[in-house]
Amino acid sequence: MALETIAKRLRAREAPVVGALLVALLCASMFVDVFATGRNTSFLLLSVAAIALMALPMTLIVITGEIDLSVASTLALTSATLGLLWESGVPIETALVICLVVGALLGALNGVLVTVMGLPSLAVTIGTMALYRGLAYVLLGDRAVASYPQSWVSGARAPFPGVEGLPWIAVAILVLALLFAVFLHATGAGRSLFDIGNNDEAARFSGVPVKWTKFWLFTLSGVVASSAGVFWTLQYGTSRADTAFGLELQVVAAVLLGGVSIFGGVGSILGVMSGVLLLGVLRNALQLFGISSDVLLIVTGAILIASVVTPNLAARVRSRRARPLTSRTSKGDTP
Amino acid sequence: MAVRGPTGPPVLSLADVSKAFGNVRALRDMSLDLHAGEIHALVGENGAGKSTLVKILAGVHRPDSGRLLVDDGPVAFTAPVDAQRAGVAVIYQEPTLFPDLSVTENIFVGRQPRTRWGTIDKARMRRQTREAFSRLGVEVDPERPARGLSIADQQLVEIAKALTRDARVLIMDEPTAALSGVEAERLFRVARSLRDAGAALLFISHRFDEVFALSDRVTVVRDGAFVSCDPTDDLDVDIVVRRMVGRDVDDLYPKQEASIGDTVLEVEGLTRQGVFADVSFTVRAGEIVALAGLVGAGRSEVVRAVFGVDRYDLGSVRVYGRRLPAGRPKAAMAAHMALVPEDRRQQGLVMESSIARNATATRRRPLSRAGLLTSRAENEAAHHWGERLRLKFGDLADTVSTLSGGNQQKVVLAKWLSTEPRVLFVDEPTRGIDVGTKAEVHRLLTTLAGEGVAVVMVSSELPEVLGMADRVLVMHEGRVTAELDRSEATEESVMYAATGTTSGKGAT
Repeated sequence: MALETIAKRLRAREAPVVGALLVALLCASMFVDVFATGRNTSFLLLSVAAIALMALPMTLIVITGEIDLSVASTLALTSATLGLLWESGVPIETALVICLVVGALLGALNGVLVTVMGLPSLAVTIGTMALYRGLAYVLLGDRAVASYPQSWVSGARAPFPGVEGLPWIAVAILVLALLFAVFLHATGAGRSLFDIGNNDEAARFSGVPVKWTKFWLFTLSGVVASSAGVFWTLQYGTSRADTAFGLELQVVAAVLLGGVSIFGGVGSILGVMSGVLLLGVLRNALQLFGISSDVLLIVTGAILIASVVTPNLAARVRSRRARPLTSRTSKGDTP
Repeated sequence: MAVRGPTGPPVLSLADVSKAFGNVRALRDMSLDLHAGEIHALVGENGAGKSTLVKILAGVHRPDSGRLLVDDGPVAFTAPVDAQRAGVAVIYQEPTLFPDLSVTENIFVGRQPRTRWGTIDKARMRRQTREAFSRLGVEVDPERPARGLSIADQQLVEIAKALTRDARVLIMDEPTAALSGVEAERLFRVARSLRDAGAALLFISHRFDEVFALSDRVTVVRDGAFVSCDPTDDLDVDIVVRRMVGRDVDDLYPKQEASIGDTVLEVEGLTRQGVFADVSFTVRAGEIVALAGLVGAGRSEVVRAVFGVDRYDLGSVRVYGRRLPAGRPKAAMAAHMALVPEDRRQQGLVMESSIARNATATRRRPLSRAGLLTSRAENEAAHHWGERLRLKFGDLADTVSTLSGGNQQKVVLAKWLSTEPRVLFVDEPTRGIDVGTKAEVHRLLTTLAGEGVAVVMVSSELPEVLGMADRVLVMHEGRVTAELDRSEATEESVMYAATGTTSGKGAT
């Protein structure tokens, strides 16, 4: 029984990405000298922190068959808001709360447009992606707010007490990821997300409040994106309207690479977190090899396409192979 | 074996055909002869191999062994196009037309006649389409787009397509499953005229009244093997059922008298603009109330609105005297209501999900411990209900799409009965499921009523309505036109009310 479960796990959709991550980690630490140093792991983990955060609610949203492309713009608008509040002397505690409320409102707007108006989330969030980014420009224009105290910046990048090379934010994200995983895989509400993605009509007939659920997921995504925005701002010590431009694509790439189906209904938190790390490790290793950022972009795009194509291809090969094979065995079976 | 005078060789026949999928032997040495000028019915339980047989005749599957003969000459269909060339046409339950093309364009899609100049000869296409429809004796506008055609009309378009192709063999795979009575009658007229013109028709149906009204010969198939082939006149329903099931089905409608209790459900003046109007009824504990009527009369819509999946504009729903908020299935479930919906593949089940998860989808909260739901809890609950309903499955972790239609319906029933409802709506509970399972479902409904559950059953099958219901509500065009007691409900009185003709009896 236990063996069977393990075997099933290995055949699961996220198995390839977990495997690829392990191989990438192994190769990188073998062939790249500085890869396994504390300095580099800290750099690597900080570089994927915002992506990892936003990928968590994105996973839930994509599983229900929707998408939120406005996360990077929400991050930027939050960052711009924080910058303005800081400049006008608002206490930081108040500023943080305001930022999270702004994030919730931005996410809720997506949610309302998708659920109440019944619009496709792809179109809605492309729209709000532009809208929120535009608002960030309205707030800050071309300038940057960079007068944050150095202590905050070093605080954001600080290691977990006593562990060199492990930023505290990585530990926080790990805990959050565990909470998301438990919610998604081991609660009734979480499992109903898969039903919504596979067949929202049947979900509705089973008493799942489909629209309500989606509304809250978009709102959650807004809140998490704005927390990522706060962290991003402190981590780099600046607020700019064009910050994190195009980051939503990396979030979506990581989610799809992690085995979540773009058509909804399939996915896991373990897979997505592995996807985030895999992308981070690859970029990091290529950077250490001195490969230019253009190539990084190409690699990211190629991986994204491969991750969408591979499951379909694998399914097709399996079904094609299944026919002749099974008819052969069955002929052997018949007495 | 020749009945109805076909003396020549059969137009199309299967001889000792076998076909296996993996370890499942779908057909075993199956034989079948189709003669020109006959309507041949093929009956069998779900999973008996009827669909496989159709797919072999249509060139979709190739037999593992055995022969396929056209006019007594062996042929091999490697693709559907070979079957079409040999004059075989299949009319599926739900045809797939191109919605944005006109009826004519759909008929000639991929084989448009050309003019001298190499352009498409539209005049000829239209002429041939008109001819085909007039031969069928039906009116369908050849110019209109296929979008919006009823399923019945779509089937006629498919039949017209077959005619323009000079098909000699027409295979109809459960064509009436989604048709109203009037539409089915029209289809039968077409079928008879085609037979009289010399075509061979293979007719597959679960409805015995249709089989006996239409066919000249009946072939029974069971577990993938040929059982019998006889002239219809030599058969009756009992014989056919016995041969299909391989045993006696004790009683298709095992109705028991239940003690009728207090009123549980009160629906008052329920109205949804343009769908149904002023629908009022009550259901008492232990009672089975049937909602009868033609397809499209608004029965399913009423049930869905009461359960809260759809909205309604006016009226009220009360359970045990307490008013139910509109449009909230969760509230209905909390009030101990359950709805087994009409379309089990689309509304009842998540086909990609496992048997266990589907069977427990309504009880995720109560099955959780400290808010956490384990696969073990799901499996145990699903296993318990699987046994109670005699569900046939390989592994509870298999996707529910691997089950046969009847077993899928049992999963939907498990999903809802496990919530221990006090008011149970079942919408077409036995549509498309085999006769053995049908009897099981009927027994289950009777048992539940005996335990004091108030049951509301939507059904388009009159024998089911008359056999199971304590009271029959008949709907016509969105309104309740009659409320008949078990003693006054007859085929005639129900049909009168369902078609809106006044019989002077029982009309409200």
